[in-house]
Amino acid sequence: MSQGRRVAVVVFPGSNCEHDAVEALERLGATAELVFHRETTLGNADAVVLPGGFAHGDYLRPGAIARFSPVMSAVAEFAAAGRPVLGICNGFQILTEAGLLPGALQKNQGLKFLCTTVELEVASNTSVLCSGISIGTRLSIPINHFEGNYTCDPVTYDQLVLEERIVLRYVDNPNGSLGSIAGICNEGGNVVGLMPHPERACDQLLGSEDGCVLLRSFLEAA
Amino acid sequence: MTFDVLVEVRLKQGVADPPGATLERALPALGFGGVSGVRVGKAIRMSVDATDQAEAEALVAAMCDRLLANPVIEETVINVAEAVAAQ
Repeated sequence: MSQGRRVAVVVFPGSNCEHDAVEALERLGATAELVFHRETTLGNADAVVLPGGFAHGDYLRPGAIARFSPVMSAVAEFAAAGRPVLGICNGFQILTEAGLLPGALQKNQGLKFLCTTVELEVASNTSVLCSGISIGTRLSIPINHFEGNYTCDPVTYDQLVLEERIVLRYVDNPNGSLGSIAGICNEGGNVVGLMPHPERACDQLLGSEDGCVLLRSFLEAA
Repeated sequence: MTFDVLVEVRLKQGVADPPGATLERALPALGFGGVSGVRVGKAIRMSVDATDQAEAEALVAAMCDRLLANPVIEETVINVAEAVAAQ
């Protein structure tokens, strides 16, 4: 059960999805707290979310500055201890820049900012985001990004495939991502990054409740 | 001593370059034929204080590793020259 789980939602200057994340997590029974990026600890959190937005203005590269925010040392320690860490959109970009996930996110093929709802397919259920969800399950979740085009070298890609670390793939690749990758995890499966926004798909009023499936899995791992 | 530094940040060979590809498609439409291999990067200029050229180069190389470039997809070309004294 996800009841009572404490989640730290990190706020960088320029984050803009932190309240959506808190709302979605609390609806699922968790207690979510905003943690400013200058903090050096995560308190007594059971899980951490790096939300979407434009941390530090996305200057230089998305996540390039945010990875040096004081809180990131605590996030890295938390991740190394095997605890659940979820990076959504800009949070995913930050996790790759911080080296907590492999690869990088480039500008979308076609150079368009994409804001639409896409179909995702669960490609692996070994991570904290998709545990217990059948492989092949389709989820309808919004994307909202300019730099979501996942790339990595061929050796890393083969490794991701072999180790079942590609968590979610786009059914219809919107941005040119290598292998239609929408989300990946680290070796332990406890650190997950994805470009789509599950927190924006947690109420029928918003068009889909499919995000709840992912966030519930994440909370249950906490 | 002060050194003028120019860092060229460019995508590694083989890494897809959506802006470069877009420019390469746009140029023929403007009548510029025969253009290929368009790659878009960044140029970063700065002044760096160091005791000598070698130290300046080492400092800038460290900056590239830690912040200026993402080694997963980018590489850098570093130019360091002694600053001409401004009068």
